Amino acid sequence: MSDVAASPGNTNAASAAPEQMAWDSRTRRVVMLYVPLACFVIILLFPFYWMTVTAFKPNAELYNFAEHNPLWITSPTLDHVYHLLFRTSYPHWLWTTMLVAVAATFISLLASTLAAYAIQRLRFRGSQYVGLAIYLAYLVPPSILFIPLATMVVQLGLFDTPFALILTYPTFLIPFCTWLLIGYFKSIPYELEECALIDGATRLQILRQITLPLAVPGLISAGIFSFTLSWNEFIYALAFIQSSENKTVPVAILTELVTGDVYQWGALMAGSLLGSLPVAIFYSFFVDYYVSSLTGAVKE
Amino acid sequence: MATVSVRQVRKSFGSTKILHGVDVEIADGEFVVLVGPSGCGKSTLLRMIAGLENITGGEIAIGGRVVNAVPPKDRDIAMVFQNYALYPHMTVRENMAFSMKLAKAPADVMEQEVQRAAKILGLEALLDRYPRQLSGGQRQRVAMGRAIVRHPQVFLFDEPLSNLDAKLRVQMRSEIRELQQRLATTTIYVTHDQIEAMTMADQIVVMNGGRIEQSGAPLALYDRPANTFVAGFIGSPAMNLLRGEVADGGFRAEGGAILPLPPGAHRGAATYGIRPEHLVLADDGIPAAIVIVEPTGSETQVSLRIGETPLIGAFRERVAGRPGDTLRIKPDLSLVHLFGPDGARL
Repeated sequence: MSDVAASPGNTNAASAAPEQMAWDSRTRRVVMLYVPLACFVIILLFPFYWMTVTAFKPNAELYNFAEHNPLWITSPTLDHVYHLLFRTSYPHWLWTTMLVAVAATFISLLASTLAAYAIQRLRFRGSQYVGLAIYLAYLVPPSILFIPLATMVVQLGLFDTPFALILTYPTFLIPFCTWLLIGYFKSIPYELEECALIDGATRLQILRQITLPLAVPGLISAGIFSFTLSWNEFIYALAFIQSSENKTVPVAILTELVTGDVYQWGALMAGSLLGSLPVAIFYSFFVDYYVSSLTGAVKE
Repeated sequence: MATVSVRQVRKSFGSTKILHGVDVEIADGEFVVLVGPSGCGKSTLLRMIAGLENITGGEIAIGGRVVNAVPPKDRDIAMVFQNYALYPHMTVRENMAFSMKLAKAPADVMEQEVQRAAKILGLEALLDRYPRQLSGGQRQRVAMGRAIVRHPQVFLFDEPLSNLDAKLRVQMRSEIRELQQRLATTTIYVTHDQIEAMTMADQIVVMNGGRIEQSGAPLALYDRPANTFVAGFIGSPAMNLLRGEVADGGFRAEGGAILPLPPGAHRGAATYGIRPEHLVLADDGIPAAIVIVEPTGSETQVSLRIGETPLIGAFRERVAGRPGDTLRIKPDLSLVHLFGPDGARL
């Protein structure tokens, strides 16, 4: 009798156990994964939300939190965007920023590809020390470097031209890109190049036809980094550019949209929002390459 | 096709000497296997022939032309690498045509050569695939196809089968051999697997510690190894090598075993070599205790102990004994090898 009574109880216990475990793991997942993830997402995205909301709020809502919900827009407007695009030189700032970022990125990628290939593959005498020296150059803070660079920029007659930025940004972009690409080239099997050597390729042909096509994720990564760093750069742009026309977006919105002690918050936020769009679009196109260059190597 | 001469070739990386003066003569159309344990310098020698490593001393000639200072692309060689080194971003067709493209060959000639090589290797259906879409054996074939299309004077293979599973390795072994016989191209093949060396080579070069221990036809090395290293390296299971002394009434091995000697053996310290397959079961043989019995189907390998002397026997008969049982064995005296204290054949 006791056996019979015991067995259904056991069965229940056995069938309940997996459910209990599933519930446990689901709770654990929520607590350990989704809650922290949600916190991160909120903290990261809130500034963008605030920026967007402010950009489309009429001034009446913007300066009166007592009567209007600060987190929401009741009557959205394009006034700030209109003001920015048609009553300031914003399109020109955007164009200058784009020109500087693209040109500096191109120069840096070209120089660092050749440098990284030489250091990693040609293995000349002292190549390791050259690599180290390039890295040390990266450690010099721009806030120190801009003083001697300013002298050079003035002496070369580049002050207040986009070239002042195009030629100085590579000072911090090249070391960074070179190190990133050295790591990436290292992941490409050396046998491929040896095989190409036997197949009759020259060093330049190997670089162009074998190594670079395989290093595309690394190049894209370096390109995205360079583009973003150039786009957001502030201190050189502030120091080397004087005229309103030639300013880049980060400097211009701060110096041109703050008149005296009046902050044109709507236009400031609209400027920031429009200014961050190109980078976001750029990232979204290449996010797969970008992730693979940080996590994976060349697969045969 | 060409002869290859390696004369007194030396190689050092800084103060580390890798090759200490190596001589190899390879006849036109010959299949030569460089074999030896890891780090013996066989791959370095192959890479020096390919031009991928500088030559510290001596000279290498391909087809009578000294190539010490000739870059790899001008040596008229083709090489198959251990991990195949297929270009991952190119299709099979592009991989095979790459060298011809660099040489600016006309498109129709390229296509013709690729088709010919693909037909020889059974790759016709795979020409538009990428290396990542191929199995290990197919990649191996593409690597060979890439070598074939160039009609090189010499094929170089650097452990090409070591990434394949055992069954495929056996199959590819015979395919490579068959291909080499068909094309009659001089071939140098590096492996650490003595079975590959035995089954494929016209000439085996056994290397150890940067020196050549012995070179010759596979069966010559098997039948008359020049020293204990070759004796132990060639043949599977490895030859029993027992240290001891030639004395009256037989060979006294360390550990207590007394083994019969072939006539004319000189007295003194020596190493007694007998291959496991040259031990025979005989009622009048020496009693030996069974340690382990390992049946492989075609033969039975038995670890034995005579006194404290360990021995391995391989018998065609099915040995049914259990550990601790006694087996009576005797060596085939015509196939006993004796080596001096320095390891050289007596």
